[in-house]
Amino acid sequence: MKILYFAWLRERLNRNDEEVNPPQQVKTVAQLMDWLSENDEAFEMAFSDRSLIKTALDEEIVEHDTELGNAGTLAFFPPMTGG
Amino acid sequence: MAASAIIVRLQSETFDPGAESNAFLSGTEAAGAAVTFTGLVRSTPDNPILSMTLEHYPALAQSQLEKISKQAFERFSLIKLTTIHRYGTLAPGEPIVQVMTLAGHRKAAFEGAQFLMDYLKTGAPFWKKERSATGENWVAAKTADDSAKERWE
Repeated sequence: MKILYFAWLRERLNRNDEEVNPPQQVKTVAQLMDWLSENDEAFEMAFSDRSLIKTALDEEIVEHDTELGNAGTLAFFPPMTGG
Repeated sequence: MAASAIIVRLQSETFDPGAESNAFLSGTEAAGAAVTFTGLVRSTPDNPILSMTLEHYPALAQSQLEKISKQAFERFSLIKLTTIHRYGTLAPGEPIVQVMTLAGHRKAAFEGAQFLMDYLKTGAPFWKKERSATGENWVAAKTADDSAKERWE
């Protein structure tokens, strides 16, 4: 699956996007965040306050307990500041 | 109401707020009220900035602007609605966003515009970075913006 990063998350993780292949037991957005944090300190730091992490699955805004299913794209971004 | 009554524009180029408003008002005999709100890049003596960059998630920004515009259009029985939102690097004083609502009476026009802005603040995927003489800084989301949105729920 493809992951996109925006704003300060993109800067802190030093990447715009990447392809990942999480193991079968990673079923939700939150579990994917756990998995990404496991072996990478930058992720652990960036995801430390989960209330500051918003997510969109296949271009639909979702909560962290949402199942990944067969989605092709997951985006991580800070709270939005539109308008 | 035809979907063409809702116009959404996501663009990097600047726009002329007055010209947009005049164009919006043409041919509107059935309406008694129009509201235009323009959001601008602000630089104050306390927080002087050189520029503001709006990063966005293109596909989601387009769909969220459309979704929020449609919600406002239906909820306030608007006759016409236009939402213009910019991205990219903007100078102080430049317009960032403009929402225009047309309705039978003023209450719906005012509330429609306010609803749109309250929802865009927290539901449109844009992130603002201010550049000043001392460096760059991401603008944090405000709790007040969440409360402003919640009053419509």
